[in-house]
Amino acid sequence: MDPLLLSRIQFAANISFHILFPAITISLGWVLLYFKLQYNRTGEHAWMRAYFTFVKVFALSFALGVVSGVTMSFQFGTNWPGFMEKVGNIAGPLLAYEVLTAFFLEAVFLGIMLFGFRRVSNRVHTLATFLVAFGTTMSAFWILALNSWMHTPAGFEMRDGVAYPTSWFEIVFNPSFPWRLVHMLLASGLTAAFLVAGFSALRYVLGDRSASMWKALKTGVALGAILIPLQIFAGDQHGLNTLEHQPAKVAAMEANWETRGNVPLVLFAIPDEEARENRFEIAVPNVASIILKHSPSGVVPGLNDFEGEHPPVAPVFYAFRIMVGVGIAMLVISWVAAFYLFRRKVLPNWVAYSLVPMGLSGWVAVLAGWYVTEIGRQPWLVTGVLRTGEAVGPVTGGQVALSLAGYLALYAVLLFVYLGVLVYMAVKASKEGDEEPDPAVKDRPLDQPVEAEA
Amino acid sequence: MSIDWPTLLPLVFAGLMGVAILLYVILDGFDLGIGILFAAADTDDKDTMIASIGPFWDANETWLVLAVGLLLVAFPIAHGVILTALYLPVFLLLVGLILRGVAFDFRAKVPIHRKHRWDRMFFIGSLLAALAQGYMLGIYVLGLQQGIAAMLFAALVALCLAAAYAAMGSAWLIYKAEGDLQQKAVFWLRRTLVFTAAGMAAVSAATPLASPRIFEKWFTLPEIVWLAPLPIAALGLFLWLWRMCVHLPGHEDEHSLKPFIVLSAIFALGFGGLAYSFYPYVVPDRMTIWEAAAATESLAVILIGTAFVLPIILGYTVYAYRVFGGKAGDLTYD
Repeated sequence: MDPLLLSRIQFAANISFHILFPAITISLGWVLLYFKLQYNRTGEHAWMRAYFTFVKVFALSFALGVVSGVTMSFQFGTNWPGFMEKVGNIAGPLLAYEVLTAFFLEAVFLGIMLFGFRRVSNRVHTLATFLVAFGTTMSAFWILALNSWMHTPAGFEMRDGVAYPTSWFEIVFNPSFPWRLVHMLLASGLTAAFLVAGFSALRYVLGDRSASMWKALKTGVALGAILIPLQIFAGDQHGLNTLEHQPAKVAAMEANWETRGNVPLVLFAIPDEEARENRFEIAVPNVASIILKHSPSGVVPGLNDFEGEHPPVAPVFYAFRIMVGVGIAMLVISWVAAFYLFRRKVLPNWVAYSLVPMGLSGWVAVLAGWYVTEIGRQPWLVTGVLRTGEAVGPVTGGQVALSLAGYLALYAVLLFVYLGVLVYMAVKASKEGDEEPDPAVKDRPLDQPVEAEA
Repeated sequence: MSIDWPTLLPLVFAGLMGVAILLYVILDGFDLGIGILFAAADTDDKDTMIASIGPFWDANETWLVLAVGLLLVAFPIAHGVILTALYLPVFLLLVGLILRGVAFDFRAKVPIHRKHRWDRMFFIGSLLAALAQGYMLGIYVLGLQQGIAAMLFAALVALCLAAAYAAMGSAWLIYKAEGDLQQKAVFWLRRTLVFTAAGMAAVSAATPLASPRIFEKWFTLPEIVWLAPLPIAALGLFLWLWRMCVHLPGHEDEHSLKPFIVLSAIFALGFGGLAYSFYPYVVPDRMTIWEAAAATESLAVILIGTAFVLPIILGYTVYAYRVFGGKAGDLTYD
């Protein structure tokens, strides 16, 4: 058993599981703040009710994000010691700043946000909600700074095979960071938007017509409809940035084997890495050249320029198409739903039914997007500095196989239970509607809407 | 040893890491202990026990993230050496922390008839995490040895650390609980205290025996004279706490916080002893903190941030503890 391969699978499994939850919480925190501010402004308790419903989703997602995030931080040492040995001088401070500025902030104020509604003033509770949202976003900032640096390293010099920082500004604001950050934050916004919309649509389907359901549904749909065009634009810009700095990745995304002009946009194909060609290709002439070079005859770098040095083509190619496909579905469904909800003021059943499965569409797109960018970086861990194979530790294949099997089983169970609990919470919320539970019942966490303190 | 930045910074970070580990052991110690005590608790008690740590556990666990983070960023090479040597216990620790963290949240959200299942997960996760930490401590104390004798010793430390965490949990409950549960917590504290003392004695005896260097650091004149108060103070605190248990819970809930403070002091003393033994090594007898340290310019950048942020973290941690002060029974989730 090859410890390198197993470690790679384990890291991929860990990061895939982990990313699901920050993808939700980074933006759900801001959605909660929006609910809270609306409640403060209008005094309508349906907003607070929506807050209490989704703060539970937030707490659950946050808990899963924390435990899988702790696992991630240990992985560097257990499986990839070469990473910190070579670029620790740069990765270290970025990770340290994440823990210092973001992790503690959200961890401490989460307690007040979840359990403190009766303990602190309404203003402090709102502030805690803001700080948690702010903390998760700061987390994303630092992690993406590090991740982007690994894609497009800058601001350092090599001495005796170890990277030393020369400019922290250039390290943090490395060439791919701005677009990657925007792309990820929008992706998180869409994940939360469709989760809120899908969760609420499920309540609608179950017969819930309460005010809090409508408020959450409209918020989710509106947010999705606003963010998706922005995301399509940001994604395009991010792609152009990648073309400039990591052309091999773009060549793999397009399955473009030869450097040439008039490159067609491949809609579907089965890339064959042995023969270095596409089978069953369906393509639109010149469109890839137009997108990437803004000219039908624009010359786009092909995989032949990077033979032996480019990522595996098929997974990057397919993942990219899945991401784009989900994005198009998001555009269509959110706009149709917005049209009916805000113009016609009705919600046809077929729209509600299509919103339910779209509740998890953000996850699919985020995972696919991460596979494009992370597999697309191979064979490099840090582009031009450190190959993935050089970072692996002295652990035996047997040990990694054991831990990998454990993680996979655990993650599968947790994912299953997480989704089960989401559905259960939606069912419960749909039964309760806007009804005000007996205030004497204390053992139902976060269920009771209460009046704000003066 | 000249006083310049390349000498000073690794020392500062070793100190910070020590503080983070100690805070973690004390703070998450009582969280984990509550989970371990689930084995002995009635169904009715469990909600109160959870409520007593509900607002804190996440922030408490963050000290572990900080400690490992500091090891990672300040001593990158040691980080790899230690964690690859402890690969499987680290894995079990993580599984334990995952189970515990999610069980905590799931138990409050699943249908009521599934709650006991997550209570059991909470117990298993807490116990597993505590055992794994103790095992890692045992192996580390012996200089990352692998072998049957080392494993047996580590297993003993694992059991004792789990008991020590249970003692911390009991002490926390004496502070946070009332009535029947508080009485039980006093009983639990006495039982677990015995194992805590045994564990500390075992580690104290094994550490110098495993390393001639450490033996020499302790048992030569004049060191032995000014180090002697350390174990004597620990022993004294143990006896005081043991006696205190007889009179608890006191009239009008007097002294309810005392056991927790005394136990924390015992932990701090034991930790201080370990820190003295291992200094200046970060990997016992193999790699000093200066050999393992990251570049001075990187450490400087982290230190600037730490100097600003650490007081703020401590400040809002204290604030959160004050917001959720008082008896756990009062805690409502809205």
